[in-house]
Amino acid sequence: MKRGPKEIEDSSRRISRRAMLLGTAQLGMIGILGARMASMQVEQADTFRMLAEENRINIGLIPPARGLIYDSEGVVLADNEQHYTITMTREGAGDVDEVLARLDRIIALDPEVLEKARKELKELSPFVPVTIARRISWEDVARVTVNAPALPGVVAELGRSRTYPQGLDMAHVVGYVGPVSDFDLSRIEDQDPLLQIPRFQIGKTMVENNLEHALRGSAGTKRVEVNAAGRVMRELDRVEGIPGADVQLTVDARLQNYIQARLDGESAAAVVIDVTNGDIKGIGSAPTFDPNVFVQGISVALWDELNEREIDAKLHRRPLAAKTVQGTYPPGSTFKMVTALAALEDGAIEAEDTVRCVGHTDVFDVRFHCWRRAGHGNMNLNESLKQSCDVYYYDIAQRVGIDKIAAMGRKLGLGERHDLPMSAIRSGIMPDKEWKREARGEDWRVGDTVNASIGQGYVQTSPLQLAVMTARIATGRAVKPRLVRSIDGVEQPSGAGESLGLNENNLRRVRRAMYDVSNHSRGTAYRTRIQEEQFRMAGKTGTSQVRRITQAERDAGVTRNADLPWNRRDHALFVSFAPADNPKYAVAVVVEHGGGGSTAAAPIARDVMLQALYEGTPPLSAYPSASRGQIAEQQRRLADLIRDIQPGRGTQDT
Amino acid sequence: MSYLEYQVKYVPAGFRKLLFLNWPVVFLVTAVSGFGFLMLYSVAGGSMDPWVTPQVQRFGLGVAVMIGMAMVPIWFWRNMAVVAYLLAFVLLVLVEFVGVERNGSQRWLDLGPMDLQPSELMKISLIMLLAAYYDWLPLNKVSKPVWILVPLIFIAAPAYLVLSQPDLGTTILLVSGGGAIMFLAGVHWAYFATVIAGVVGLVTAVFQSRGTGWQVLKDYQYRRIDTFLDPTQDPLGAGYHITQAKIALGSGGWTGRGFMQGTQSRLNFLPEKHTDFIFTTLAEEFGFVGAFGLLVLYALIIIFCVMSAITNKDRFASLITMGVAVTFFLFFSVNMAMVMGLAPVVGVPLPLVSYGGSAMLVLMVAFGLVQSAHVHKPR
Repeated sequence: MKRGPKEIEDSSRRISRRAMLLGTAQLGMIGILGARMASMQVEQADTFRMLAEENRINIGLIPPARGLIYDSEGVVLADNEQHYTITMTREGAGDVDEVLARLDRIIALDPEVLEKARKELKELSPFVPVTIARRISWEDVARVTVNAPALPGVVAELGRSRTYPQGLDMAHVVGYVGPVSDFDLSRIEDQDPLLQIPRFQIGKTMVENNLEHALRGSAGTKRVEVNAAGRVMRELDRVEGIPGADVQLTVDARLQNYIQARLDGESAAAVVIDVTNGDIKGIGSAPTFDPNVFVQGISVALWDELNEREIDAKLHRRPLAAKTVQGTYPPGSTFKMVTALAALEDGAIEAEDTVRCVGHTDVFDVRFHCWRRAGHGNMNLNESLKQSCDVYYYDIAQRVGIDKIAAMGRKLGLGERHDLPMSAIRSGIMPDKEWKREARGEDWRVGDTVNASIGQGYVQTSPLQLAVMTARIATGRAVKPRLVRSIDGVEQPSGAGESLGLNENNLRRVRRAMYDVSNHSRGTAYRTRIQEEQFRMAGKTGTSQVRRITQAERDAGVTRNADLPWNRRDHALFVSFAPADNPKYAVAVVVEHGGGGSTAAAPIARDVMLQALYEGTPPLSAYPSASRGQIAEQQRRLADLIRDIQPGRGTQDT
Repeated sequence: MSYLEYQVKYVPAGFRKLLFLNWPVVFLVTAVSGFGFLMLYSVAGGSMDPWVTPQVQRFGLGVAVMIGMAMVPIWFWRNMAVVAYLLAFVLLVLVEFVGVERNGSQRWLDLGPMDLQPSELMKISLIMLLAAYYDWLPLNKVSKPVWILVPLIFIAAPAYLVLSQPDLGTTILLVSGGGAIMFLAGVHWAYFATVIAGVVGLVTAVFQSRGTGWQVLKDYQYRRIDTFLDPTQDPLGAGYHITQAKIALGSGGWTGRGFMQGTQSRLNFLPEKHTDFIFTTLAEEFGFVGAFGLLVLYALIIIFCVMSAITNKDRFASLITMGVAVTFFLFFSVNMAMVMGLAPVVGVPLPLVSYGGSAMLVLMVAFGLVQSAHVHKPR
């Protein structure tokens, strides 16, 4: 169609006008877009930059290496074992089932773990490593590595885990670690982010638990860049954590090993204290358990087994309990030194004063018996302790009164919760009038004093307390037990203690009597004496009743321990120090339901003492000739249980 | 029609036509495409594969097509308008039946070596048809209702097909582009005012009625509209993408994080980073300077097209030039507004920058028309 020039002009002008209008509108819109860009990229740039950084950066924790625990000679008691874990990613493997089948042919896999791994591989993101096998041997690692080309996505990773090279010996001292549980988290107020790491190992009991803070160290951090799917792309930077502090204990692993071996088969506890500085050289409890099984989390079956023995089997041997501090027992005759010292210090008696023992004494209308029905005749301090006459103490206790006896007991560390980094330490009971009013709501009666005078009745002591008491008697100083020698190389305060302010003559008399217990032919522990002149031992036997002997039974003849069920038998106790003239060690032994102190506890204490004094197996010449044959036989038997422990690398102090 | 209709002083012929190309537009188009190559290289993690190589090849082909088309007189293209429209329309109908479905949308035809997106073809065909229609229509009939109905059908038919694919972005582009040609051709203001008022009224009614007894839509439909308009209400779905896009854009700052250093794109926080959201990568890596620079390039293309259209006395030529300019403008402004959180997320690529064969070729064809109009301008 032909248009005239005018029409063309007209059309062109109209289009131009509207085109200008539209063009202007477009430029206006472009302006808005530009302004929006400026607002976002210039004004709010910092906000968006921060959001972008939050998007891409994740902060991960680097768990620090847990501090090691050493014995006094530098032997490792708690170590960090490096072990290999096999992991696999779905993405790397491609055909998961095929690769798993190949891996199974190379190293035998646990079907249970494998089943779980299969499930996780299906469910988790393809790049998340799933654990296929834990704690595999070095040979298996080598096999996997050699076959790496056939095992895409399979990686052997190095992990760290706690191990206890001394096994059962140190379970009751060092304790164990375990994966942090919800219960732990609810119980402890600890903001340490490390605890949020799944299966992070924390100390559960004993030193591991009590020195957790020092041993754990602090977490390092690493910042990693992640993509939108959460895959780690690269590490941006890392700040290494601070490894946990190493801890050195006062315990000697070799002595401890001997103690556990010697106590094997009994339900017993033994404590060895260096009286010069309070160092606990050995602190054994039997039966014991292997702490290594707790580290990865204990199996239900084993837990039941350990607990069943405790609850059900009527044996009450409680392998999980550290009887040295968690068990309390009536001290029996080992308490008599307390009564004697209280009376001597009070001036209620002189050492040579005598009391006539006729086998019993009557307090009002209650008759209290001496262990020797026939009586001991005239008893002074030395004879009464040597022969462990009860009536003498019934008598002097009534003269001096319970409050002064209790004060003396406390002075010697009874009833006191000695502060050691161990768990569930019990303070026992050192009863007096006030205690009974508060605890029982009853008035103290003279009969209670009579019972307490020979360590029966309400008196409850732990083996540790008995050892401390003996150390204090041996030195006259307030020896404080010390379990930790140094933390991170820093020496802990010595437990040598200040003088107790007791009359040295009184102490000497009691020590002399204790010497006679072991070395006088009429002493109750004469048969278990130390023959070696320079290591002569002073001690005191104790046999504490756990049942009431009725008058009817007495009339019929007291049942012999061997005829009673195990848990009704008497506890056997023995406390001792040696060398008698220059004390080095104090030893306390309690054998639960062991019968007589002189027969069940004293031999153990003597053997342990010799082991400590000789720093190894003592020669037979240290024993009385009558028992050498039997001792030789015992040494042969124990040789199987005693390991060769070499002094280690980890001595800390400088 | 030909030069015979005009009093012309000079007629370029043969290769001399090359001298009369709208060279600024050629350079600008090349510059923008170059930006695109850089960004595709970056989002591929510093690799020519899988996007840069084909994109460059298509651009080369596109440039050849553009210049080839420029050599052909503009009236030839006008005569081809009906054919092109019908072809595009038939292909659109075909897509409905034998189209390839991707991401829940049936837009593509499988042509063996490449996939064709007929809706892209329709964008340019519709503009051609409308420009030819108004070139043919006597000026005094332009605002007559009957003659308005015809172009409305031309627009509505393909728009309906595209919307049913569904492809809201292209639909908006078709309707707006068509409307722009009608506006330019001189359709009376009152029609546009009425349509705008009507749409505003309808939208207002729909929203005002919400919660009343006579509400137009169901509750869930309102909620969908809410999410569509404000994706941040759905932070893990649609909102996640737009939030990440805004973070990428904003974190670019003045000068950006550096070429291939954009964390948002490199670490896959951005969706569709080689297609619809490629601008966010550019803004993140080159900052305000780069993003605004691209905007300026786009603006210059529009300006040169508008100038070419204004100075062209041929009705079809200036209408087609403006039509291409408006479509091009709608392309990039909707895309940018979308990734900057100013507009809802509709699938519109960034012209010449986003990866995509159909879009690239169609745009080059469109610029071929613009060039042809420019070269054969009555002088």
